[in-house]
Parts: sequence; C-alpha cells; structure tokens
Amino acid sequence: MSEINIVDAPPGIEGSGFFATSLDKVIGLARSNSLWPLPFATSCCGIEFMATMGSHYDLGRFGAERLSFSPRQADVLMVMGTIAKKMAPVLKQVYIQMAEPRWVMAVGACASSGGIFDTYSVLQGIDEVIPVDVYVPGCPPRPEAILDGFQRIQDLVKSESGRRRNSDYYKELLGQYGIK
Amino acid sequence: MEETTLNNNILAKLSDKFGEKVTGVSEPYGLLTFATTKDVIINVLSFLKNDLSFNFLTDITAVHYPGKDHGIAVVYHLHNMVEKVRIRIKVFISEQNPTIPTATTVWKGANWMERETYDLFGVKFEGHPDLRRILNMDDLGVHPMLKQYPLEDPNRVDKKDEFFGR
Repeated sequence: MSEINIVDAPPGIEGSGFFATSLDKVIGLARSNSLWPLPFATSCCGIEFMATMGSHYDLGRFGAERLSFSPRQADVLMVMGTIAKKMAPVLKQVYIQMAEPRWVMAVGACASSGGIFDTYSVLQGIDEVIPVDVYVPGCPPRPEAILDGFQRIQDLVKSESGRRRNSDYYKELLGQYGIK
Repeated sequence: MEETTLNNNILAKLSDKFGEKVTGVSEPYGLLTFATTKDVIINVLSFLKNDLSFNFLTDITAVHYPGKDHGIAVVYHLHNMVEKVRIRIKVFISEQNPTIPTATTVWKGANWMERETYDLFGVKFEGHPDLRRILNMDDLGVHPMLKQYPLEDPNRVDKKDEFFGR
C-alpha cells in the first residue's frame, strides 16, 4: 500500500460526533483540491506545461488531474505563451465564458509582460485584457515553477471569502476590463 | 558562367519587349534583379510567366525607403521551375499614393501575398478581390513596417529607455 495523504481539516471546534467550522473554509478546502485548469497554451511555456502534466511532475497530485478543455467547466485559466494582440479578444472571450469563481494564472514572461516581444503585434501582458491572480516568472518557467504557481492559486482559493465574487470591489475590478 | 548567360538571355528578351521600362539591372549572388514601372508590371509578369516559363510566384513584398522620391519598392520574386532560374522585379511607387495593379490576374496565389503587403506597408493593389488586413488586428490603424513607426509597443510603461541604453 502506498502512503496516501489527506489534507488537514480547517481550523474549527471539534467534539464527540461533531465538527464546526465556517462554510467558506470547507468550500475553499474542497475547491482548492479539485481545481480544473483550462490550458491556454500558445507557445513554449505550453511545452513546459505538458511536462508538468506528465507523470514525472504530475499536476494531478494537487487535484488538477482533470483538465477542462471547455471554459464552461474550468476553474483556472492557465495562459501559457505569447498572446498576439489579434488573439486578445479570443482570450477575453474564453475568460468571459468561464463560470464564477474563476482564477487566472499567467505562466511565463510573455503572458505576464509580453516578454522579449516588445513589438506592435504582441499584447504586453494578459493583464491588459483580463485580471490575473498569479504570475509565474521564467522564460519558460520550469515545471517546478508552474507547480509553485498552481499552489499559490490553491492558497488564494482556500482563503477566498464566499462573498468576494459578489462584492462591489470585484465588480469594479471586472468593470476596469470592460467585463459585464 | 552558365548562370550569367542564362540571365543575359532573359534580360535580352525583356529589353526587346519592354525597352526603356527595364532599368536598374543588377545580379547580386547571380539573382537577376531589375526595376520597372507600375504601368507595365502586369505585362512584365505575364510575359515572364507565359513566354519565359517563370511559372511560380515565390513572393510579393515591399521595402520602405523613407525620404526618397518613390519611397516604396514593391518586390516580386519569380521562379522558373523548368530551368531552375529565379528572378526579382522591383517597382518603385510613391509613398503618398502607394497604388499598383494587382497580380491576382496573373497568379491566384498573389491574393494573400498582396494582402500581407497591404497590411504591413499600406500598398493598395488595384483590382484585388479582397484587400483586407491578413496578419494584424483589423483596428491596428497603421501599416507597421513603414519606418515612421516605432517597433516597440508605445503602450508599454514598465520598460524604461534608460535600462536599454536608448
């Protein structure tokens, strides 16, 4: 038998036959360990992502075994690679099609800032069109870096308040990008 | 040199047919290059295709020479696949009014090449069936390979010139 790890229970009050904690924490725990990523891979960072999904690095260990190739069921949008300005509306459309709650990870220098492609045809970071939660540096980042970025997303998911997505702050954030 | 003889024969036939319209002849790396004008370019291309077996249109592109009288050179590359000869034709047109007749009447394949040249250099190919941008986004507003535009994205705020020695 291999050793199986189970996540720790969130802090709460425990007694004989009951365990009390807040709903946010339970939902956060469940969500963060079963995130469905949508890989939006356009170039070499996508190749690193393939290694990350492979058996050696195995993103599945973090509950992300199931990739969603439809934005409608995805939780995390992982943008990996150079996004040309012509691609920007497509990326935005994919983001809009995702259901709340949704998170975005910009993997690599190009997705984060345009990288070496300081030119008229390349989007200088996907945060010009959609909000980004985690940036992974590197050109391209190693699979370890992508895993680390994914765990930072998990941290955000775990600690997110259940009301954040309905808050004025969040609506204003999306409004800045002209979404909804 | 066999190559040069072949080129000279081609040039002689072109000069016979078009006379003064064939100018600026050179032969860099054995590639016969000449310039012509936009009123005869389609006749030149048809002649090369039909009479001299330059059956394949390799590429259409352009070069921008800012400040010159005729600042945009439209460049055609043709390939004679029978005799394995290539040729290059340049047409210098005005920067203010960059128009030239379309080559889609000679080769259907010129369609996308001319769209690309229009997209990047703003050359208007008269008679083209569908002259739209092909590579850049539709609302770019400029023809980015013209040398009056900066190469870098001007929206970028995190790249300070001082860090790049400029």
